Amino acid sequence: MAGKETLYFTKEHEWIEVVGEDYVRIGISDYAVEQLGDVVFVELPELNGQMTVEEAFSTVESVKSSSEIYAPVQGTITKVNDLLEDEPEKLNDSPFNEGWIVEVQASEKLNTGEWMDAKAYDQYVSEL
Amino acid sequence: MIEKKEMLIFEQSKPGRIAYSLPDNDVETYDLAAELPEHLSRKVAAELPEVSELQLMRHYTALANKNFGIETGFYPLGSCTMKYNPKINEDVARYDGFTAIHPLQAPETVQGALQLLYELQEDLKQVTGMDEICLQPAAGAQGEWAGLLVFKAYHAANGEGAQRRTILVPDSAHGTNPASAAVAGYDVVEIKSNENGTVGVEALKSALGPDTAGLMLTNPNTLGLFEIDIVEIAEIVHEAGGLLYYDGANANAILGKSTPGEMGFDVVHLNLHKSFSTPHGGGGPGSGPIGVKSFLTPFLPNPRIEKKEAQFVLNNDYPQSIGRVKGYFGNFGVNVRAYAYIRSMGAQGLQKVSEYAVLHANYLKARLADAYDTPFKQHCKHEFVLSGLRQKKQGVRTLDIAKRLLDYGFYAPTVYFPLIVEECIMIEPTDTEAKETLDEFADAMIAIAKEVEEQPDLLHNAPTTQSVRRLDEVIAARKPKVVYQK
Repeated sequence: MAGKETLYFTKEHEWIEVVGEDYVRIGISDYAVEQLGDVVFVELPELNGQMTVEEAFSTVESVKSSSEIYAPVQGTITKVNDLLEDEPEKLNDSPFNEGWIVEVQASEKLNTGEWMDAKAYDQYVSEL
Repeated sequence: MIEKKEMLIFEQSKPGRIAYSLPDNDVETYDLAAELPEHLSRKVAAELPEVSELQLMRHYTALANKNFGIETGFYPLGSCTMKYNPKINEDVARYDGFTAIHPLQAPETVQGALQLLYELQEDLKQVTGMDEICLQPAAGAQGEWAGLLVFKAYHAANGEGAQRRTILVPDSAHGTNPASAAVAGYDVVEIKSNENGTVGVEALKSALGPDTAGLMLTNPNTLGLFEIDIVEIAEIVHEAGGLLYYDGANANAILGKSTPGEMGFDVVHLNLHKSFSTPHGGGGPGSGPIGVKSFLTPFLPNPRIEKKEAQFVLNNDYPQSIGRVKGYFGNFGVNVRAYAYIRSMGAQGLQKVSEYAVLHANYLKARLADAYDTPFKQHCKHEFVLSGLRQKKQGVRTLDIAKRLLDYGFYAPTVYFPLIVEECIMIEPTDTEAKETLDEFADAMIAIAKEVEEQPDLLHNAPTTQSVRRLDEVIAARKPKVVYQK
């Protein structure tokens, strides 16, 4: 698993790791989990389900609120992190590693240029 | 005095101890087990607690004494309108004539009850500026759902049912709004608030389209701010073919001053339990009547309560009705309290309610404006929000401030809502508090702000004066124990 500096980020605080050609792993950022507080439940999408860009594919509930997670790519969900069902706290403890949410086979060629890199993301967050 | 930890009633149980005695059976013994299907009969006795009558009384008295309510102290829970509900309305709701009747009785035999409901409908028409009222919905969210079904029936009758799929909801809305829209089968689109905390007209314009079924709005909104663009908002939603829904949760701010009808809304619900005098901290029952403009009356729930000459009747003869939404006639007792409240306050009294509610909120806001951040500078209506951002920078969160208030003897305000204000503290003092109480609360809040600077651990460790310390919400949510186990 890669470190934060190799990930891409969206303005909605999802991170994207390119793990193969048109194949990505998705989670939410350290900033996002800090804002959420202690996560108590993650509603996971169905395996082999479709993901539509900018539509919610998962809901994360914390003691404070419930937030939707938006799809950064179009494609098919090939893996789901079942660990989060019993241990949603992994999202807090390890947002970039054990707290990943899904892996997706993108249906279109990835354009990483539309996302921020870690440096740009940290800059973006510092201005919020 | 050292406070004794109250055991659960189950923990006090001793086999064979009993708190009741029944007379000898003087009818033929009936073997229930023989009549019940095998799978429905209990194999193991229910583990009910066994205690004496005195233990029972002490246990529940101890719990009751720990309770906090509006009659114990100040309860500034934003968005909840925790005001005092005059006891005379409780008396009226308990009159034999209201409690010893049955909803299945023939209408001719319950004319008084029907008259009360009919007259309450007439009063609520004036309160809301709507043309017709239905008293059935059991509470606010059910009113929203019923109102949205009216939207749906209207669009369907115009042949636009399939096309108009979207309900627009501002990002400051009560959570029930998007939830009710989803349950009614709509897609929900969120509208961003502008920097003044109200609906952005441009954002609204760009979200409106041929798919728009309507907009749900609370006015004043959850920030306690009046949507000053409401007339323009109503115009552009109507131009796009959509309808306007008024969430009446904040009606305490506008009684006798303005009506949703005048503002251009098509459907409204009121939370009678909030604004019209039913104690509502314990989770119900409530009452959430809906009102509609005349062009929507064919779709209201059946049966309608009407007056035919000198008789009050139930009329089911509305073929386009969305049907019944609640058993019988809604929560009758809550409607009786609302009627008694309206009649005892009168039109001028209700106007005073809103004047005091708004005055109290603005007074508190002004007193707290130095000690806390106020994200919106304009005058508020019945409630206002503070932000604990300044305190967060000192390592103290809004949650800590809320817990510390318990040590000062106050119920905590609503916190972390609405979601658009960081470290939000939402305060609704209501109309029924004395100035001295408002001052005591303001003094406590200011003292706490000082503690944040000087003794932040007082806040981190709060509450220290209650029967329990801080509960572990995280474990409670992640690993809930919902059944007592030995």
